[in-house]
Amino acid sequence: MFQIDCPWCGPRDQQEFSYAGEGGIQRPQDPSATTDAEWADYLFMRRNPRGMHHEQWRHVHGCGQFFQVTRHTVTYRIESIRRMGESAAAGGESS
Amino acid sequence: MSQTHRLSQGGGIDRARELTFTFNGRRYQGHPGDTLASALLANGVSVIGRSFKYHRPRGIVGAGPEEPNAIFQVGTGATTRPDQRATQVELFDGLVASTSARLGFDPLSVNNMFARMLPAGFYYKTFKWPATYWPRYEEKIRAVAGIGESPIEPDADRYDHMNAHCDVLVVGGGPAGLAAAQRAASAGARVILVDENPAFGGSLLSGRDAPDNHVDGRSNRDWIANTVAELAAMPDVRLLTRTTAFGNYDHNFIGLMEDRGDYLGQPAAHGVRHRLWRVRARQVVLATGALERPLVFGNNDRPGVMTASAVSIYINRYGVTPGYRAVVFTNNDSAYGTALDLHAAGIDVAAVVDVRRRPSGALAAAVRAAKIPIHDGCTLIKARGGRRVRSVEIGRLSGEQLTGDRWKISCDLVASSGGWSPVVHLHCHIGSKPVWDDQAACFLPGADNPGQTSAGSVTGHFNLRDCLAQGFERGDAAAAAAGFEPTAGTAPSAPAAGETMPIRPFWLAPSGAPISRGPKQFVDFQNDTSAADIALAVREGYESVEHVKRYTALGFGTDQGKLGNINGMAILAATLGKSIAETGTTTFRPAYTPISFGALAGRNAGHLFDPERKTAMHEWHAAHGALFENVGQWKRPWYYPKDGESMQESLDRECQTTRTAAGVLDASTLGKIEVHGADADRFLDLIYTGARRNMKTGTCRYGLMLHEDGMIFDDGVTAKLGDNHYFLTTTTGGAAGVMNWLEAWHQTEWPDMDVFFTSITDQWATIAVNGPKSREVLQALCNDIDFDRDAFAFMTFREGTVAGVAARVFRISFTGELAFEINVDANHGRYVWEAVMAAGAPYGITVYGTETMHILRAEKGFIVAGQDTDGSMTPMDMGMQWAVGKKKTDFIGMRSLARPDIVASGRKQFVGLLPTDGTVVLPEGAQLVDDPQAPLPMPMVGHVSSSYHSVTLGHSFALALVKDGQSRMGETVYSPQPDGSVIAATIAGPVFYDREGARQNV
Repeated sequence: MFQIDCPWCGPRDQQEFSYAGEGGIQRPQDPSATTDAEWADYLFMRRNPRGMHHEQWRHVHGCGQFFQVTRHTVTYRIESIRRMGESAAAGGESS
Repeated sequence: MSQTHRLSQGGGIDRARELTFTFNGRRYQGHPGDTLASALLANGVSVIGRSFKYHRPRGIVGAGPEEPNAIFQVGTGATTRPDQRATQVELFDGLVASTSARLGFDPLSVNNMFARMLPAGFYYKTFKWPATYWPRYEEKIRAVAGIGESPIEPDADRYDHMNAHCDVLVVGGGPAGLAAAQRAASAGARVILVDENPAFGGSLLSGRDAPDNHVDGRSNRDWIANTVAELAAMPDVRLLTRTTAFGNYDHNFIGLMEDRGDYLGQPAAHGVRHRLWRVRARQVVLATGALERPLVFGNNDRPGVMTASAVSIYINRYGVTPGYRAVVFTNNDSAYGTALDLHAAGIDVAAVVDVRRRPSGALAAAVRAAKIPIHDGCTLIKARGGRRVRSVEIGRLSGEQLTGDRWKISCDLVASSGGWSPVVHLHCHIGSKPVWDDQAACFLPGADNPGQTSAGSVTGHFNLRDCLAQGFERGDAAAAAAGFEPTAGTAPSAPAAGETMPIRPFWLAPSGAPISRGPKQFVDFQNDTSAADIALAVREGYESVEHVKRYTALGFGTDQGKLGNINGMAILAATLGKSIAETGTTTFRPAYTPISFGALAGRNAGHLFDPERKTAMHEWHAAHGALFENVGQWKRPWYYPKDGESMQESLDRECQTTRTAAGVLDASTLGKIEVHGADADRFLDLIYTGARRNMKTGTCRYGLMLHEDGMIFDDGVTAKLGDNHYFLTTTTGGAAGVMNWLEAWHQTEWPDMDVFFTSITDQWATIAVNGPKSREVLQALCNDIDFDRDAFAFMTFREGTVAGVAARVFRISFTGELAFEINVDANHGRYVWEAVMAAGAPYGITVYGTETMHILRAEKGFIVAGQDTDGSMTPMDMGMQWAVGKKKTDFIGMRSLARPDIVASGRKQFVGLLPTDGTVVLPEGAQLVDDPQAPLPMPMVGHVSSSYHSVTLGHSFALALVKDGQSRMGETVYSPQPDGSVIAATIAGPVFYDREGARQNV
């Protein structure tokens, strides 16, 4: 059971949040210009690292805001939390 | 005096009061302060159970959570509790305990004679063939193996959850824990101190009142009382006894279970039985102590063979001696203390058998001074006796082997000590591995987890002075880490420990015979796992400790191997020729001791399990005989049977009346979202398959929402309320998901768009009036809206007043009939509803529920997202190309509609089905095949998604998803049923009624 430091509300129990998938996945600017392979990569391929993972969470039972979390998947240590749009630290970016 | 083994003095029991309890139907007496185990021992009860596999008689072995044998059913009826450790069940008057084992002659004890035919992995090897028989075997095996039963009546007790925060949580209220808590609290930290026992004090409670147990010059009990009183007087300290820290979770989240009722027999009036604490601590000090392991020798499971520390605890804490002539068997110093405890209580200690040569410590000297014979460099080979140990056979050791020199000593009690195993469980719950320490011959906690530290014997410090000093220091450190300034002070002090002699690790006593031929040497009592089983597992090729555990069931019981696991792992290591560090331990997982389902559920049970949502008209529906169905959290009227109608008769009436006159549905549960903002139309264009940008204010459009993979996930109507202002409906179950969907895209992908979403599902009540007379009903209630066919066209809406209440009226239809949906402030919902019913009375208006709604919409081929679609259906699959904007360049899911798999043939497509026999209703979910005679596995071509009997059509019909179905009109498919029958049906279009759509346009 994590404690997550919501960038809008402060530290709260994990049960107030919902996981919202891998972070940093950019929707193609013009989907119709993508090849089937490029589109499938955007659609289906997700990282499953043993180590730092860049992910999104939502404070669904709080302020409702989505935000970015960098979390270690082995130790579950949360390395950093950023509001949407705040630039990510090195690492964690994905295709 | 029936308490044959009660000492005349000593112990923390209240001798002035006598409690009566029953065990397996027999009445016994004990005292307040006893546990069930100490009271049974006081009464001289030696056999308290039979073993799991061989049905050997078993006695009490331990005095705490490690007890493997005395696992009882406590209580009767609705509050009966299985799997209770007698060593931790406090005695109360009228306690009823039992074991399912036969304590007298047990016919299944023949298993013991054929033990060689029941090796490790016996079940895997024997009951494997034929595979389909396993369920039958399993039933028989389980019936024989049971060690308890769950209550079958509903649980009448209350349980609750408590969320708590603190600066320092101290787990374990022994000397180290008390010192740590006192130190952290005096620095000003908010402290929670928990202990699983009824009283704080830990090992100090089980020691004699002797100078070597004194702290700061006070007697052990005095110091405990004084320290607890000091802590209790501090404002920010919470003391919890009878509370087990059962799990250590991420980010310093600790689960505690507090017993508030079991120890009393039943909870106090209005009280709870168990309370689950969810504690988030800034710092955690684990002062969880250590458990003694027994030595492994032949027939070491005979009743009367116990751990040495348990014997000391029964004598010092409960005034009970488990026997009158004892042999102490040890490989370390601590059991000498037990010999002295026995001696002090006037019990004959026949011998101390020490595997070490010439024991030299201070305790050994004291034992010598007490004239207790010490057999050094010797081992117990085996115990003799059946229902109670009668004697032991002792042999001289040369290294690990017997010299051949053997002798016998009679006794009725064996107190054995193989050393101490720190309770590293909590430390390891969050993934840390314990570290083997050769010096202390035990696993110690590895590096501290973030925000956590350990103190006391869990760290391998086994003398009081060190534990107190370490508790003091770690309490300081925890407070400092939580931001508090330590106050001045010195650690509580205890007398310096005398000279000690190191432990000699000794994992398995030699018997002079091959391991599989000698007497049984039990490692795990609860699962009857012996040293020979572990050796067999290695011979059969198992190497990993995790595999050996699963093959031999070592550590599988309710005790989770607290007593035997380390011995088993050491024996495994020796058999493999590896070090214990290399072999390692199995994984420590929560819960440390079993916790109740009641505690886990808390108040989230019965009608509080999940919130129930009711519409503004709910009470009206209930008063008018509605039967309800659950749709998500909503209670929706299902149908409204009238005097003696069957369900089908009710549905026929509701359908017929709606199609011929008028019917009313409470549609308030549909999700409702308002969308504002300058970019609202641009945003909705991306969300919906159809165009929104060119909508005119006052109009409505049906729309589909797709996931990015192109699959339909929700549908609904969009109304344009004004410039930059829209109103959306969603499915009842999908409302929260759609809201999350809109927010997710806006916040994470298009944050620059000026758009806002507000859920208004609960704020508005929706009354859907359907049927050819619906216009007249509305006209009777409303004089500020022109209901003329052309003035108020299909798929538009008007604002006005209905029955004097401000309303939005939408001309949309989910039945195919002329229909109006009235939306009003939910506070006026019931008033308007009743007004509609009154206005409709002259036309014979009916209410209808969700079942009629389904029949009427299915007759029209209208889909229900989530019923006719299942997350794998595109708009084309559903024949809904018309809902996809042809000129759009992008919307969520659009690109996926061009993926090769989506445009390929062979996809399931939405069709209607007409059963050949119109009286037969296909079961929803039924699979469809082309040839019911085809050999198994029969190729499946589709499934039924919606199926009903239609009074309007005069026969049954269904909606289905069939491979390439849209090009198979008129062909027959078959649905084989579980009873062997086959239902044939013809593929048709999905619209069965009013194909032209004329009725909604009148």
